[in-house]
Amino acid sequence: MPEFFHRKLERSAIGFVLAIIGVSAIGGMVEIAPLFTIDETVEEAPDMRVYTPLELAGRNIYTREGCYACHSQMIRTLRDEVERYGPYSLAVESQYDRPMLWGSKRTGPDLARLGGKYSDAWHVAHLVNPRDVVPESVMPRYGWLQRNTLRIDDLPRHLKAMQRLGVPYTDEMVESAAADAMGQAAPDSGFAAGVAGRYGEETNIRAFDGEPGRLTEMDALVAYLQILGRLTDAAHATDAVETGSTQDE
Amino acid sequence: MVAGLTLSERRLALVILTLLGLTGLAMAAGGRGDLMGVHGFIVLLFSLGVAWAVMAGFYAPEPGEERLSRYYDDPTRFGIVLTMAWAVFGMFFGVWVAALLAWPELTFVDQAWASFGRLRPVHTTGIIFGFGGNALIATSLHVLQRTTRARLPDQLSPWFVIIGYNLFCVLAVSGYFMGITQSKEYAEPEWYADIWLVVVWVVYFLIYIRTLQRRQEPHIYVANWYYMAFILVVAVLHIVNNLALPISFAAARSYPLYSGVQDAMVQWWYGHNAVAFFLTAGFLGMMYYYMPKRAERPIFSYRLSIISFWGITFFYMWAGSHHLHYTALPQWVQTLGMTFSIMLLVPSWSSAGNALATLNGAWHKVRDDATLRFMMVAAVFYGISTFEGSFMAIRAVNSLSHYTDWTVGHVHAGALGWVAMITFGSIYALVPWMWKQKTMYSPRLVEAHFWLALTGTVIYVFAMWNSGIIQGLMWRTYTDSGTLAYSFIDSLVAMHPYYIARTVGGLFFLAGAVVGAYNVAMTIRLSRQEGVRRDSAADVPVPHEPAVAAQPGE
Repeated sequence: MPEFFHRKLERSAIGFVLAIIGVSAIGGMVEIAPLFTIDETVEEAPDMRVYTPLELAGRNIYTREGCYACHSQMIRTLRDEVERYGPYSLAVESQYDRPMLWGSKRTGPDLARLGGKYSDAWHVAHLVNPRDVVPESVMPRYGWLQRNTLRIDDLPRHLKAMQRLGVPYTDEMVESAAADAMGQAAPDSGFAAGVAGRYGEETNIRAFDGEPGRLTEMDALVAYLQILGRLTDAAHATDAVETGSTQDE
Repeated sequence: MVAGLTLSERRLALVILTLLGLTGLAMAAGGRGDLMGVHGFIVLLFSLGVAWAVMAGFYAPEPGEERLSRYYDDPTRFGIVLTMAWAVFGMFFGVWVAALLAWPELTFVDQAWASFGRLRPVHTTGIIFGFGGNALIATSLHVLQRTTRARLPDQLSPWFVIIGYNLFCVLAVSGYFMGITQSKEYAEPEWYADIWLVVVWVVYFLIYIRTLQRRQEPHIYVANWYYMAFILVVAVLHIVNNLALPISFAAARSYPLYSGVQDAMVQWWYGHNAVAFFLTAGFLGMMYYYMPKRAERPIFSYRLSIISFWGITFFYMWAGSHHLHYTALPQWVQTLGMTFSIMLLVPSWSSAGNALATLNGAWHKVRDDATLRFMMVAAVFYGISTFEGSFMAIRAVNSLSHYTDWTVGHVHAGALGWVAMITFGSIYALVPWMWKQKTMYSPRLVEAHFWLALTGTVIYVFAMWNSGIIQGLMWRTYTDSGTLAYSFIDSLVAMHPYYIARTVGGLFFLAGAVVGAYNVAMTIRLSRQEGVRRDSAADVPVPHEPAVAAQPGE
């Protein structure tokens, strides 16, 4: 009987096309659509802040260089991962991440909680030549980041696009994006105060690459690496409860 | 090749190329100061180059009406050459990135384009889209005509598809070198390249459906089910996953419509089904035609074909979330992904079993004929890697295997063992037919390629199984006092010998591909020297074709 039915289906090209589309559509619809509607999918984190223009520029360098191919940004709910990297990652922590950079391979370690773990100088030295800092490392050198001036003229458009997609950037943040990028890496300049005003007093404002006079791609990438895992404290709040239970095991 | 087009088709080709060239010019002008400008120039040069070829042949005599009584295979021949070129290109970069993980300084120090992060997508795109995609397009146009006994509906659209598709690949790869990427795995090209691929794909689908409508066979053969599923589902996946908002129409950069957890789910729904419908369904279509043809045996079971086809089409679409076990993705989605991944073993092994059972009665041919042996080994690796895939999707196994080289090994068991082997087998079957030769230029070189490929695959896969499992175990090993036993860098140091072994395995495989490309080139040369009229054989669209093996076993 089913064979008979299929022999009929095989005689109609359009019927076959529609059958393929219908059968293949079900799985995605059941798994993906509810993620946009079920509120519990993403936790509430009122303290969550957006990336500053400099950090966003740094994130774009991270994606441009394909860092995700070797570094994950997703700590799983496993004891050894929590002890090695820190509290497991929450969905809310990447809610402004377009694209998400959870990654799929750890040729290098996870970076979800990298922010604040090392000094800026360590990062700069490590990026210029990883083997100066970690002799066994197989990471590529990224010396050109130090030489390349950061492009900031298009940052307002970047923020504007994010704003249109629903990231809570204010119009003021969009307008002053280029100045804020300069200010965040030049603490003594007139632009620095505005950054703290718009993104919060806890924003890292310093010459990330050690040269306050010049805004380089190194500044941006280090600013981004230093904020990883620090946009919200939500993960640390649940951590108290969760590590309590893992230690009982 | 232009000589095969009618005058109106040549004119239309020039119109399309003019439009494309103008688009390139607009991108170059609007995108000055942005990387998009460079891509504009590439598009412009590309269309000028193709237009030059069309002009050169513009006044060649038109083909006569008798062409309509023959199949149209020029695009397939062109696609085969491109397939071999992309194979060598993609595998070369594969060996290079493999070597970089063993010897990180083996590059042009401080050259951005030559760093691992930019070369790695060159490898993956070169292989998946360059090698795999061209192989699928070239073979599908051949299989489609033979199994429907109908000629392609026109002569221009297949050229549009194959040349347009390669423009997409060129934009993708050149973009990575310059730093244009969305950083979405296996969907790296930016928005304008994505839109272009949609245009190409719509034309590809129209060729397929129009030819099917003109078919002289009442039933649609199983190979075409798979090729159709490949075309349709890849279109849906590509569009949904790549929805993005460009920062400006004159800039390469865009931001995806989805963020965080939703983006992760869409990405792996795409990523896993790119494996399913690009790297599995399309190549199963290849297998269902070329294997029975070469073995001269009908497909073992029609019912198994049905079960495996609809099983794959339905189950695979649920399986993507197994890439996100123990992450911030809600657990109910993870569980669904695991469940369907395990169920997937049924249709997967139905296909693999169906293929191997088809060889019953032809095993002596497998022994003697390296081409058929390529296909047999492909079916075996298909069986192995689908079993491994279902196994790795189990949450507890995944906790060990995820993020490690085991995943890389699994992918390559599929990509080298299944995708590349079935492709090389099919190409070795197809090339003599297409260039009207009795055999390949050198059957012994086919034999050599087979052993190089098999040795390379086995070395590669064993190296990665070892390194992956060791890595996973080292990360979770505790000392007696309850602290982690190994630092991350300890685990990296332990990988070094396996990374060298993997490079060696890759070199074997690359050497095989070079031998294959040489063999194909020499076969073509031989055919040219003999001045064989390529399309003059008895293999014609209207009935009479001996279609012994082309029918599902009844």
